[in-house]
Amino acid sequence: MLDVRGLRKAYGDLVAVHEISFSLNAGEVVGLLGPNGAGKTTTVSMIAGLVVPDGGQVLIDGSPLAGDTDPKKQRIGLVPQDLALYDELSALSNLQFFGALYRLSPAVLKTAIDRSLTLVGLADRARDRVGTFSGGMKRRLNLAASLLHDPDILLLDEPTVGVDPQSRNAIFSNLETLKAQGKALLYTTHYMEEVERLADRVVIVDHGRVVAADTLDGLQQYAPTGAGRVSLETIFLALTGRTLRD
Amino acid sequence: MQAILAMIRKDLQLFLADRRAVVMGLVAPVAIASFFGSIFSGSPDAERAKIPVAIIDQDRTAVSRGIVEGARGDQYLLVSNPTADEARDAVKKGTLAVAVIIPQGFGDAAGRAFFTGAAKPELNVLYDPSRSTELGLVRGVLTEHIMQSVSAEMFTGDQGRTLVDDTLAAIDAMPMAGQQQAMLRDLLQSARKFYSAPAPAAAAPAAPGATAAAPAPRRGLSMPYAVKEEAVTSGDNVSYNGYAHSFAGMGIQFLLLASIDLGVGILLERQRGLWKRLRSAPISRLSLLAGKAASGSLIALLTLTVSFAFAMIVFGVRIQGSRIGFAAIALATALMASTFGLLVASLGKTPGGTRGIASLSVLLMVMLGGAWVPSFIFPAWLQRLTVVIPARWAVDGFDAMTWRGLGLQAAVLPTLVMLGFAAVFGTLAVARFRWEEA
Ligand SMILES: Nc1ncnc2c1ncn2[C@@H]1O[C@H](COP(=O)(O)OP(=O)(O)O)[C@@H](O)[C@H]1O
Ligand SMILES: [Mg+2]
Repeated sequence: MLDVRGLRKAYGDLVAVHEISFSLNAGEVVGLLGPNGAGKTTTVSMIAGLVVPDGGQVLIDGSPLAGDTDPKKQRIGLVPQDLALYDELSALSNLQFFGALYRLSPAVLKTAIDRSLTLVGLADRARDRVGTFSGGMKRRLNLAASLLHDPDILLLDEPTVGVDPQSRNAIFSNLETLKAQGKALLYTTHYMEEVERLADRVVIVDHGRVVAADTLDGLQQYAPTGAGRVSLETIFLALTGRTLRD
Repeated sequence: MQAILAMIRKDLQLFLADRRAVVMGLVAPVAIASFFGSIFSGSPDAERAKIPVAIIDQDRTAVSRGIVEGARGDQYLLVSNPTADEARDAVKKGTLAVAVIIPQGFGDAAGRAFFTGAAKPELNVLYDPSRSTELGLVRGVLTEHIMQSVSAEMFTGDQGRTLVDDTLAAIDAMPMAGQQQAMLRDLLQSARKFYSAPAPAAAAPAAPGATAAAPAPRRGLSMPYAVKEEAVTSGDNVSYNGYAHSFAGMGIQFLLLASIDLGVGILLERQRGLWKRLRSAPISRLSLLAGKAASGSLIALLTLTVSFAFAMIVFGVRIQGSRIGFAAIALATALMASTFGLLVASLGKTPGGTRGIASLSVLLMVMLGGAWVPSFIFPAWLQRLTVVIPARWAVDGFDAMTWRGLGLQAAVLPTLVMLGFAAVFGTLAVARFRWEEA
């Protein structure tokens, strides 16, 4: 469904993404795991068409995005790393605006808003100002806002940063529901346990390169010799080193 | 199109939800324009402020009394009579613009100087250096009263008679040619004869209540002209309305400030990741910018509409000129402002820093554009220079369509110039806009 081939992006002298390739299929969750500054957000932005790659290709069902207005953009749903919401407006107004960007007819938009708000458990807060929401509620609304146009491919950039365990758990079950509906999910994070719970396959990136890509079981090949079955964290640290990031 | 409409709707919702923006866009221009308008308003029924002036009469002669009386009757002056020390104190504190001290011997010396060019007495004038315009006005007005009082006394008063007699007696000793002495003697004798004869005006009652038995009034030299002032505006029944100008000026200032909000708003949307959502939707770059320009223009028009509606209802401002011209200028101004907002977004980096720099540039622009004080009081070189400032065209255009009452053709140039500015701002904004969302 989604094919990422040899993406590269440099900001001046700083090469944010050297060479990243992977693929994502329907009904699958791929965890894009990497330390801060590894190039995860830059990769996601290139897939969504926000950043033009210096090299490589993003293929959706075999063909690249053709410009800003390519209808294939309808098939992608981006959940940005930031809380991309208007605090001053109600949840409903936010969703009405984001839905209109995808040219949904009023009737379709209305059912889409109901469906998304119900999924993330915010239906009863639709008319409240987003500014009054807790961090967890905002994260859930941030997810709901990306589902209105019913995309097949969801790009989730650290969708659980700064939320309480209850909201995090709610978001996980939302994502499991979406996966069960056959959507393809690219899940960016640096939290191991999230990947362990959700991901079918893991792509570990560091310094803009893929250092390992496999299923959770397959990643055990990178475990230190003689350690037996180890946690994902042990493997991650073995692959990316113990030097501090940021 | 649906996306553009949604953007406009959302930006208007944001505008109305932002109390600061509403106050800045709708309330502040009305309040400040009312203030400026009331200061600069030339409305004829408005009470003209009199200049407070103290006159200290240390001379106590007929001449000095005449000066004080004349000043009291003057429409421009509000005369008080404190002591010299009190007056000096009041000027220092700023409660008094000018104090005039008529020193002892002034009347006598002034009379001599009047005919013979003897040493001129000095009038002491104390004034507040921050109010030198008032000094100029007081000086001019007092000249009239002094000339009147001195000449009246010289020709008809007791002091004058003595002086004329003294002068007549002293003519022979004066260092003049014989012929000149004879001429001065003739002049003084004729003057004495003319003014001591009853004046014809005094024989018949000049005004109701004046009795025929009244003594001949003191008559002196008076100003040989009167001024008939006519303000040239759009029509006979129309007078300059300072509010028309101030509401245009403040409307433009605050719609430009609102356009900064538009630009800074885009930078904030980028900072908060919202622009990522906009960009990930299948919408062209042109539509995104058009949506922003449209909502910016609408908010600008709203500011103008509220400003002018208030001015019309409360202060009786009228569009004396072309209504179509007024609408064209308003539309062009709004487009100019919203493209300026886009330019701010393209050139700016951080929202905070950008707001500071952009606000400063708007304030400079409207100041030089004549929004605070009309540009016609600028020096000529500055007036020529400020044609490069869009706000100047907007202010002049609105002035032309309101109190100047000019026709549609007077709106064409300001409209075209501002559309030109809008095209330049828009092109620069599109060329410099950062499209990559990292
Ligand atoms: N717009 C940009 N300009 C310059 N450098 C950038 C920009 N965006 C990201 N970078 C740099 O690129 C690298 C990768 O960033 P990013 O993709 O955000 O990493 P991650 O999401 O994995 O934390 C970082 O070093 C970051 O500082
Ligand atoms: Mg990131």
